[in-house]
Amino acid sequence: MTLHQGAAARPWVDRVLAINGWMIFAFLYMPILMVVVFSFSASPNVGRWGGFTLAWYDRMLGNEQLMNSLRNSVIVALLSTVVATILGTAAAIALDRYRKWVGRGTFDAVVYLPIIIPDVTMAVMLLLWFTSIGMSLGLGTIALSHIAFNISFVAVVVRARLANMDPAMEEAAADLYADRWQAFRKVTFPLIMPGVLGGALLALTLSLDDVVITSFVQGPGSTTLPVYVFGLIKRSVTPEINAVSTLMMVMSVGLVLTSLMFQSRADRTDRQRRRRKS
Amino acid sequence: MTLPDQHEQVEQEAVNPRLERKARKQESWRGFFHAAPAYVYLTFFFTLPLIMVYVFSFASRGPTGKPRLEDWNFDSWSKLTEPLFREIALRSLWMAILNTALCLLIGYPFAYWIATRASQKTRTLLLVGVLIPFWSNFLIRTYAWRMLLDSDGLITQLGEWTGFWGQLLFTPTAVFIGLLYGYLPFVVLPLYAAIERLDWTLVEAGRDLYASGSAAFRKITLPLSKPGIVAGSILVFIPSLGAYVTPDILGGAKTTLLGNYIVTQFTAARNWPFGSAMSGAILILMLAATILYFRTDTRTI
Amino acid sequence: MKRLLGIIAVLALVVAACGGGDTNVQALADGCEAGETDGDLNLYNWTAYLPTGPDAEDAGVIDFIVEFEARYPDVNVVYTQYDSNEAMLAQVDAGASYDLVVPSDYMVSIMKGSDLLVKLNHDAIPGMVNLDPTFADPGYDSGNEYSVPYQWGTTGIGFNYDYLDDTEGLSWSVIFEPDPDAEYLGRISFLDDTRETLGAALKYLGYSLNTTNQAELDEASALIKSAKDDIAAFDSSSYWTLLTNGDTHVAMGWNGDFLAEYDGISTDDFDAYEQYGYAIPDEGAAAWVDTMAIPTTAEHPCTAHAFIDMVLEPFMGGELTNYNYYASPNLAAEEHIYPDILEWEAVYPSEETMASLEFFEDLGDFEINYADAFAAAKS
Repeated sequence: MTLHQGAAARPWVDRVLAINGWMIFAFLYMPILMVVVFSFSASPNVGRWGGFTLAWYDRMLGNEQLMNSLRNSVIVALLSTVVATILGTAAAIALDRYRKWVGRGTFDAVVYLPIIIPDVTMAVMLLLWFTSIGMSLGLGTIALSHIAFNISFVAVVVRARLANMDPAMEEAAADLYADRWQAFRKVTFPLIMPGVLGGALLALTLSLDDVVITSFVQGPGSTTLPVYVFGLIKRSVTPEINAVSTLMMVMSVGLVLTSLMFQSRADRTDRQRRRRKS
Repeated sequence: MTLPDQHEQVEQEAVNPRLERKARKQESWRGFFHAAPAYVYLTFFFTLPLIMVYVFSFASRGPTGKPRLEDWNFDSWSKLTEPLFREIALRSLWMAILNTALCLLIGYPFAYWIATRASQKTRTLLLVGVLIPFWSNFLIRTYAWRMLLDSDGLITQLGEWTGFWGQLLFTPTAVFIGLLYGYLPFVVLPLYAAIERLDWTLVEAGRDLYASGSAAFRKITLPLSKPGIVAGSILVFIPSLGAYVTPDILGGAKTTLLGNYIVTQFTAARNWPFGSAMSGAILILMLAATILYFRTDTRTI
Repeated sequence: MKRLLGIIAVLALVVAACGGGDTNVQALADGCEAGETDGDLNLYNWTAYLPTGPDAEDAGVIDFIVEFEARYPDVNVVYTQYDSNEAMLAQVDAGASYDLVVPSDYMVSIMKGSDLLVKLNHDAIPGMVNLDPTFADPGYDSGNEYSVPYQWGTTGIGFNYDYLDDTEGLSWSVIFEPDPDAEYLGRISFLDDTRETLGAALKYLGYSLNTTNQAELDEASALIKSAKDDIAAFDSSSYWTLLTNGDTHVAMGWNGDFLAEYDGISTDDFDAYEQYGYAIPDEGAAAWVDTMAIPTTAEHPCTAHAFIDMVLEPFMGGELTNYNYYASPNLAAEEHIYPDILEWEAVYPSEETMASLEFFEDLGDFEINYADAFAAAKS
């Protein structure tokens, strides 16, 4: 929707704000551009341009350690995202649509804790826990840890979306003799889909980027990409890392843009529906 | 009143109270079952581990650092009152506050600019533009900054050329640049959400009443965007308090922060009970801060 | 619901109180024969300490993992890396089932004391005869019962000849109490390691780096704190790069890292050794031995023994040094080491220098004091 004219600032203020805005964008993209540009540089010294080459991408694909850690990261990320999204969405529905049930109050509090807890604390407590229950450290423990914090993030995002959704839609479906499952499948779920996707994307990013918690609960052979990069980046900073980073960024951006396309389409139909209703 | 509440009221006036009770009980069970999987999961992999942390903070230290479940004591907690810990905690607190202020100062005009673009498409595009850099790996971004700021980095060269600054790497400035870079989206997003939802007719009304631009901003826009400010501050402050990777990489690891100190207890110092006590203490502080937030404003993200 | 939670909590604590621990590993190890394998190898080593992958290729050195897998086709090597003894200890202590780890000398004492290491079966490691006799009965592990020396090295100062000259020896004072007119002020780096950095300060002050005297420790801590204003960074993992790209001109660090870097940046036109050097300060410094050991959480001790034996072969031992530039405890390997490396004082110090070197020992509970002293120095 277009903005109310009350929002318009005086032209010179607007210009200053615009300049400030673009400068901040420059600030945000400078390191990124550096990473991408130097992934194509032939010089092994990152920071010094040495001519265009795709050799680093080639070498990255041939680096078994690197590829293994990438594979681990993707497996953990996908697994934790799927599980966390299902559990988190269900939790969000429980909190938003059902006002009174046993333990709701406690749950409402607990579900926010993983968001505010510092990384280090969470890493520590999960390590202590896995040690105590005798669970062997590895990809499994990493995935379990990621799911733990992702549930909360998904729940928060979906809940925000639910709050904005008109509950009358579900009632209308009930009036039309839809049972609960049908109502969910055909009415609720499509409407909250953008929120669910948003939450899933957030979970995916958080899982892929996690270093602290993963490094505490990992086990043999379960090095993930960020942890591997952490070790490698200290040792020999070659543009191979830039190549990996660029690749991951392209994949993530692709995912985000796709989800946004879906989201805007859903928003548009939602708004159209609302406008038609009023 | 929301629709479900209205509905509930109408229902309460309906015919059969026994059926009503049964329906409500069914609702209650349904709610529980929806939440149950997540609830159980979080109990096992969050609540219980958390309890374990507090339990271990009273344990004694084994030779490898692991807690021994005997000789319970308050040693770890009393270590929190030592001057060393206080110094480290205060320093981390100060850094977190400064970072939050910096993020707000720079983030607000930026969020305002994005939120006041006329077309929705432009706003969305700009927002996505803010988020894209964060789809790259955090460590790589931080190391990219390290390279930009070191002796033959682009920024250093720019500084020498303009004469405004020398090498910034390993100075506190570098640390704040890194932190600002890492947390800016956390402040921009809630601010954007708050400003975008603003009722601009109020601003217009203020202008009609002969308020100057800056007065209208100060007395109407700014107070109305307070929920965004509060949300943004919390989202930046809490993680900044535990941050240690960025300060280590960009600041040369010359200062001990809470994050470093805790990790040290599990590595070099081999004193897991103390590490647990510190983690537990910080969590309590964070909880207090969050409750304060919820009291000021109940609107969620 | 609350009662259920309560029961779960109690159960959890009960489980926690019970330990883990597999005494079968020792029995398995005792039955190993030379060259016998019993499954895959979970190898846990320091970063860039073993030649493998593209790095080995670049250095022109044999890939140890590929070689081992070629000799034992049934075995798959899973290679994980760490960057500190304590990180490794935390993992092993938490029950992670690595078959072979590479602890430093003092860490071997700690792990031995906590029953985390398996007694080695020397029959399965015939290659032990290749070791230099000086390493046959080390202080941290008499008779090499639980560990086998891997590489050894020293901690000293790497520097740029433009700013420092070591023809008349070098003192730790160049980093702890530098000349206020020195051009390299602000371009110094210390190791970000509790024992190493405090150790260097203690040596400079004339004390033992294994002291348990709190006053001496405090003095060292205060020294570091005052010296901190003139340094660029605390860094244990990229200090050699900082030196060669000019961010620092004087750096505390480990000999192998410096030398590998100098060799790496040398080209046909540029001999890095003319520009950069390494020296062990006159007051003495730390020497350390890294070892190979098998944790009690291992699942394939025989394969681990076979790997240890392979590393002890003369050619393999030589290649190891040719890759990471650290001295080899393997006497028979010397004929396979590049002659340049053998001649370096930096890698193989003189008798005189050796006398001033001290090995780290585990200090038990006093380690906490060291950790605090270091944290205080950095604040």
